[in-house]
Amino acid sequence: MEEQKAQAYWQENIRTILQLLVVWFIASYGCGVLFVDLLDTIAFGGFKLGFWFAQQGSIYVFLVLIFVYAKRMNAIDEKYDVHE
Amino acid sequence: MELQSLIYLFVGASFALYIGIAIWSKAGSTAEFYVAGGGVHPVANGMATAADWMSAASFISLAGIVSLLGRDSGAYLMGWTGGYVLLAMLLAPYLRKFGKFTVPDFVGDRYYSDVARTVAVVCVIFVSFTYVAGQMRGVGIVFSRFLQVDINTGVVIGMGIVFVYAVLGGMKGITYTQVAQYCVLIVAYTIPAIFLSLQVTGDFLPQLGFGGTIEFAFDNGVREIPAGTYVLHALDQSFKDLGFSIVYTEGRAGVWNTFLLTVALMCGTAGLPHVIVRFFTVPSVKDARISAGWALLFIALLYTVCPAVGAFARLNLIKNTQNIEYATWTQECTADQAVALAAAQDNPAVDAARVDCAGQWFKTWEASGLLAWMDKNGDGKIQIANGAAFKGKPSFDGENRGASGERLLKNEAVPAPAGQAIENEVYFDRDIIVLANPEIASLPNWVIALIAAGGLAAALSTAAGLLLVISSSISHDLLGRVMFKDAETDKSKLSDSQELMAARVAAAVAIGVAGYLGINPPAFVAQVVAFAFGLAAASFFPVIINGVFDKRMNKEGAIAGMAVGLTFTFVYIVLNVFVDKSGTYTMFDIKATGIGTIGMVLHFVVAYFVSRATAAPPQDIQDMVENIRIPRGAAPSTHAH
Repeated sequence: MEEQKAQAYWQENIRTILQLLVVWFIASYGCGVLFVDLLDTIAFGGFKLGFWFAQQGSIYVFLVLIFVYAKRMNAIDEKYDVHE
Repeated sequence: MELQSLIYLFVGASFALYIGIAIWSKAGSTAEFYVAGGGVHPVANGMATAADWMSAASFISLAGIVSLLGRDSGAYLMGWTGGYVLLAMLLAPYLRKFGKFTVPDFVGDRYYSDVARTVAVVCVIFVSFTYVAGQMRGVGIVFSRFLQVDINTGVVIGMGIVFVYAVLGGMKGITYTQVAQYCVLIVAYTIPAIFLSLQVTGDFLPQLGFGGTIEFAFDNGVREIPAGTYVLHALDQSFKDLGFSIVYTEGRAGVWNTFLLTVALMCGTAGLPHVIVRFFTVPSVKDARISAGWALLFIALLYTVCPAVGAFARLNLIKNTQNIEYATWTQECTADQAVALAAAQDNPAVDAARVDCAGQWFKTWEASGLLAWMDKNGDGKIQIANGAAFKGKPSFDGENRGASGERLLKNEAVPAPAGQAIENEVYFDRDIIVLANPEIASLPNWVIALIAAGGLAAALSTAAGLLLVISSSISHDLLGRVMFKDAETDKSKLSDSQELMAARVAAAVAIGVAGYLGINPPAFVAQVVAFAFGLAAASFFPVIINGVFDKRMNKEGAIAGMAVGLTFTFVYIVLNVFVDKSGTYTMFDIKATGIGTIGMVLHFVVAYFVSRATAAPPQDIQDMVENIRIPRGAAPSTHAH
């Protein structure tokens, strides 16, 4: 039973990380590198959108991701009763 | 107050603060020396991590890099911040649960092998020394520019300061000094940036001003750019007019190399030992996770301002120097001119940066060799445009002066590309973007003094963090866990106080070596940075990920992976940068800076197949992996061993 619980906790942990890393990848490699030329055709105030993501936007997304991760993991820790 | 006295005051006060903190937080045990007793608040740790991470290069050079590379610099901005997402989710919490002192500790224990531990120690030392040489040089540069002392004297003073708080205080001293250094450096960075943003765009926040519109009209040499134009549009238009084929907001590096570089920098960041070790110092797993978020927040304060500074500086450089008469602009102010300059600074309708005698900074920085002007068309006015002004770095003809009073150069002039209306006459080093920015924009003297204190804080905080990692790898991992290990009890034969003494001696020796490297910098410092990130990405990052996420990963797989990843990356960089100096040796058109990504992929692949072909790790190791995956029961890492 203990082992099953540990397995389930680990699975949920991995799932959370993967979900957040997908966003991480899209914001940085997607918008800032791979599709940057495409997004640059869109004006965003004084910025081109791709340029903005490469120099500003991706960093804001990273920040939000870490705080969301910390919050969700704390909840998962409690749910499986493995918190400190 | 005089500029020079202000600089002494700011730098002196910040140094007194660091030494005071060091004395207050003297380390009494190895646990305090290595990980500050594991009791650092996550917000404080975030600040310390940010100071640790943001080096002299981030503070002094990054805005210059951004300014020169335009959109391509996104790889650096994203790479050096996105790595914290990986660190927070894939490394920090598990390493904190593991609860030892160093990265080689984890590698050696998880892979039950002193070979793996020793390889890790060698990597830590190599990566950290590579880095620290640059920091010491940064200290020397700041001292020589701002305190008018010799670079070598500057390095020695820097060594003295680091010696006091790193050797005495260890991680505990370093952590709290770094918190103070972060505050100094972020204030020093953002205040000039806010001034600049207000001046150029009228927006208080540089991040908004970056996308805002310019307050003034200016002549870029080809056309008048009207007030109310977006900053980036004004830059793009000026680039086009001045003959640049790629404008500021366009990229030229190509998707493939930008992608590889970004991956290498992100994974390298997450794998750098002096960053990882900071997460051993917080009280719990939960704190390790949130602390990475705080660290990134504090880093982002600088990294989101930096591209704005780069753009403003590039714009200012064109606006303030294009077609200005060198002799009258750079002369010392006469009494009348001083009055006129002061009046212009108070009058928003006049561009104070272009009035007579406002350009003395140009002469000051010419003296340092970071700036040079060659009057190629002999009109006595500065022209700035696409292309190099002359071949190579400035080589001045002694103190001989030209017709306008400029320092004469011995370099061979480079003619403007065919069809370009304006010929470039200015050479500027990228470091000038941050160091001289306040002067270029004619900001008050105390802002310039602040930059000096900030640059020193950035260089010293990173140097101290790196020196600590070097000394703990030697005293703890090499001496305690390999050379003086008692084979029967598997414990170190050194007592805690002996090991603490060894750590202090190792730190002192490391400072000596770092100082030597700062005074006699290897000619290839710049290229060597590719090494630090490439090797961290190809070694530590994958070996730790495998150690946590792949329970089946064994000693054989880890050693084979590290060997292949490191050798491949090392050989490729040597071939690309050192053997073939033109940098034309490439495989699949990959630059040396991004090769760590390929090394990392090879590491993962080799480690997987080798581990599956050999025996599974022992049961106690598998249990240990299970254990580090669960937050509960993280012991404070204060236990002596």
